[in-house]
Amino acid sequence: MAHRLEMRNMTKRYGEFTANDNICISLDQGEVLAIVGENGAGKTTLMRMLYGLEQPSSGEIILNGKKVSFSGPQEAISRGIGMVHQHFMLFYDFTVAENIVIGHEPKKYGFFRRKAADEAVQKLAEQFKIGVNTAKKAGDCSIGEQQRIEILKVLYQGADIIILDEPTAVLTPFEVDGLLKTIRFLADQGKSIILITHKLREVMKVADRVTVLRNGKVTGSVHTSETNADKLAQLMVGRQLQKLNERDSISGDILLEAKGITIGQKGEKPELDRVSLTVRHGEILGVAGVSGNGQSQLIQAITGLRAVQEGSVRLKGQDLTEENVLARRKAGISHIPEDRYLWGAAKDATVEETALMGSQRNPKYSEKSFIRKASFRTRVKDWISRFEIKTSSLQEKAGNLSGGNLQKLIVARELDFHAPLLIAAEPTRGVDIGAMEYIHEALLEKRNSGDGILLISSELSEILALSDKIAVMYEGRIAGILDRSEATEETLSVLMAGGKQHDATAKTS
Amino acid sequence: MELFDYSLFVSAIRMVSPILLAALGGALCARVGIFNVGLEGLILAGAFSAIVGNHFTENIFLALLTAVAVSVLVSLLFGYATIHLKSNPIVAGIAINFLMLGLTTFALRAIFDVKGAYYNKDMSGLPKVDIPFVEDIPVVGQLISGHSPLVYTAFLAAILLYVFFYRTVTGFRVLAVGKNEAAARSLGLKVTTIQYGAIIMSGVLCGLAGAQLSLGQVTMFTEGMTAGRGFIALVAMMLGQSHPIGIAGSSLLFGLMDALSIRLQGFSMPTQFTAMLPYVITIIAMFFLKDRGSDSLAGQHTSR
Ligand SMILES: Nc1ncnc2c1ncn2[C@@H]1O[C@H](COP(=O)(O)OP(=O)(O)OP(=O)(O)O)[C@@H](O)[C@H]1O
Ligand SMILES: [Mg+2]
Repeated sequence: MAHRLEMRNMTKRYGEFTANDNICISLDQGEVLAIVGENGAGKTTLMRMLYGLEQPSSGEIILNGKKVSFSGPQEAISRGIGMVHQHFMLFYDFTVAENIVIGHEPKKYGFFRRKAADEAVQKLAEQFKIGVNTAKKAGDCSIGEQQRIEILKVLYQGADIIILDEPTAVLTPFEVDGLLKTIRFLADQGKSIILITHKLREVMKVADRVTVLRNGKVTGSVHTSETNADKLAQLMVGRQLQKLNERDSISGDILLEAKGITIGQKGEKPELDRVSLTVRHGEILGVAGVSGNGQSQLIQAITGLRAVQEGSVRLKGQDLTEENVLARRKAGISHIPEDRYLWGAAKDATVEETALMGSQRNPKYSEKSFIRKASFRTRVKDWISRFEIKTSSLQEKAGNLSGGNLQKLIVARELDFHAPLLIAAEPTRGVDIGAMEYIHEALLEKRNSGDGILLISSELSEILALSDKIAVMYEGRIAGILDRSEATEETLSVLMAGGKQHDATAKTS
Repeated sequence: MELFDYSLFVSAIRMVSPILLAALGGALCARVGIFNVGLEGLILAGAFSAIVGNHFTENIFLALLTAVAVSVLVSLLFGYATIHLKSNPIVAGIAINFLMLGLTTFALRAIFDVKGAYYNKDMSGLPKVDIPFVEDIPVVGQLISGHSPLVYTAFLAAILLYVFFYRTVTGFRVLAVGKNEAAARSLGLKVTTIQYGAIIMSGVLCGLAGAQLSLGQVTMFTEGMTAGRGFIALVAMMLGQSHPIGIAGSSLLFGLMDALSIRLQGFSMPTQFTAMLPYVITIIAMFFLKDRGSDSLAGQHTSR
């Protein structure tokens, strides 16, 4: 029987660099195919070719037995291929319904029938059991909702093949479960799904088959029923992963002290409500919580990106509340931002420039207002080899790096400031399991050297693996602070859902 | 003579139309993510070619057509520079402005062999439209009736543009391109075509704006006769947040200022002083624009 989709000998070169090298994949009706692989392995590139966003250097795409080529997404869409991008492609000022029908709007004499659009979307949402509020503005929707909009959009476009590029990277555990259910449901309805992810647990849960990429080549293709997560991990990184070693508590003096931080407009519910926490030397304080419960505001308050209405921020006893971002960085704060594109990098700057950001005034790298790039380059090259950052050269545009590689570059940069306090927000978002292990080790090493880390993550497993203490945020407040020994996924989940601390510990102990 | 009377508002309405037409053109560009600073040059091109067309064809309709055609050509140059060559629209727009200032001055000498201004009493300007019945209503009739067709066109254009943006599918897509170009591209919307379409339409509107300047009241062309109206149109566009109805309102304000500055000259105020008035208002308007203008300026959504 012919496959629904076959990609044969797909190759994509960017100049000298080969991002995809003779890749072959196939996909059947009702099948969920997972594509896994390290950062920069070429997963996104392959999908961009399938969706018509990139032209293959060579190779062919065969759809339902016929050879096709797409000069743009429009053609891919019209042939029943839909893609949910790693970064959402939404119009935040438009309503949910408008976002879904755009490109195929119901119309009459050229006029947009918004009511008909609304009804059509509602029907579709019911048919595929995907809950959305059609009248809401997309910008007011949570990340999970936004993703559902994206999925409904491709379904509305009539897609039979749905590509999901790292759909779970930004979701909360609860939302992930919902998404996996949806994926399974769609497959049962006869849709074919390509799922790109770094999380092997998800692969094992929903995928029928897995294709593993490394360095632009296929290194294996297996049925999930014939493998397990460990074997997959080995296929991906080519070695066994190590468990993090247990460690002793070494926390020392107070490093960061935030007291009663409040952010919000007068008369409205505050976004951050009297949040107090301390980070000690040699301690990792993890902040858990469903995203959108004030974590972003907390980071911005501590780093100085947002002014606080009340409360104070002290570092080693020095009051930083009135200081700006630069002064705080100088005082000893470095920051891995949660949104690497918004806060962490300039997309159009080069890799080298991105790496230099924050060090431009360091006398080692500048002289009389002139930047000395040569001395800086050796340092960046060192990061690139240690973190295995894949880039064609230092002059590559940062925006051309694969998502995970850009993340690694930012992590390397911020770690290398050797600041006493590191604020690490979603430090491993989008990075592969090998790199995640490396970053985790680097964070622990920093802690062991006596520095403090404020770790914000929506990955409970990450929080549990790294933190000495765990604070849970709920609706702009600290719902509870637990010690490493008393925290489990269950206790944290209760607190994250708005439960009380004694409920949480009572229920599970 | 009084400071405020009907005729002040009548002339205000007349003054509005070039600003309004050009501001609507600017809004179209802003809505597809291109900040068109070249409005001034486009209007000037339209004003001059309207006179040229009028001179050679002696037909007012063909004169309008010439104005539109030339403005569209110039706007295509702007479009090519910003869309194809990806040059900075501000730089390209300013280049267009200076280019048109020089080119019209040069052509004025080359074609009509005059310096400074060209005036020919035999040329006929735009006709006046007397609206039956309405013209007989006291006050209102005076205000509404008896303007050049382009005055009505301008207000009609504002309404049509409103309907286009918020009621039609194409208009919806135009808005989408301005809000998030990458997303529009990923959906397969024809972004480049839409952007060119908006720029061409802004050429059409600016051509008409220019024709109203040179053929509307007095039939003449003077060097640099736009006198910053293109920039005022830009401000009107921002003050109106690129919303057609908002723009109609802000353009009316600026038209009134324009008319008032001329009226004040009758009160033996020095012209240099009264000519400042629209610009003073512009600066004051800027204060109110503080955080409103930015939205229409880039037309792009900034958050996230
Ligand atoms: N436009 C481009 N120009 C040059 N190189 C590019 C371009 N796009 C991608 N690359 C390179 O191609 C390689 C593959 O990138 P791709 O985005 O496909 O990786 P990925 O497997 O999706 O990784 P990740 O898991 O980090 O998202 C990367 O090394 C990247 O730097
Ligand atoms: Mg990718």
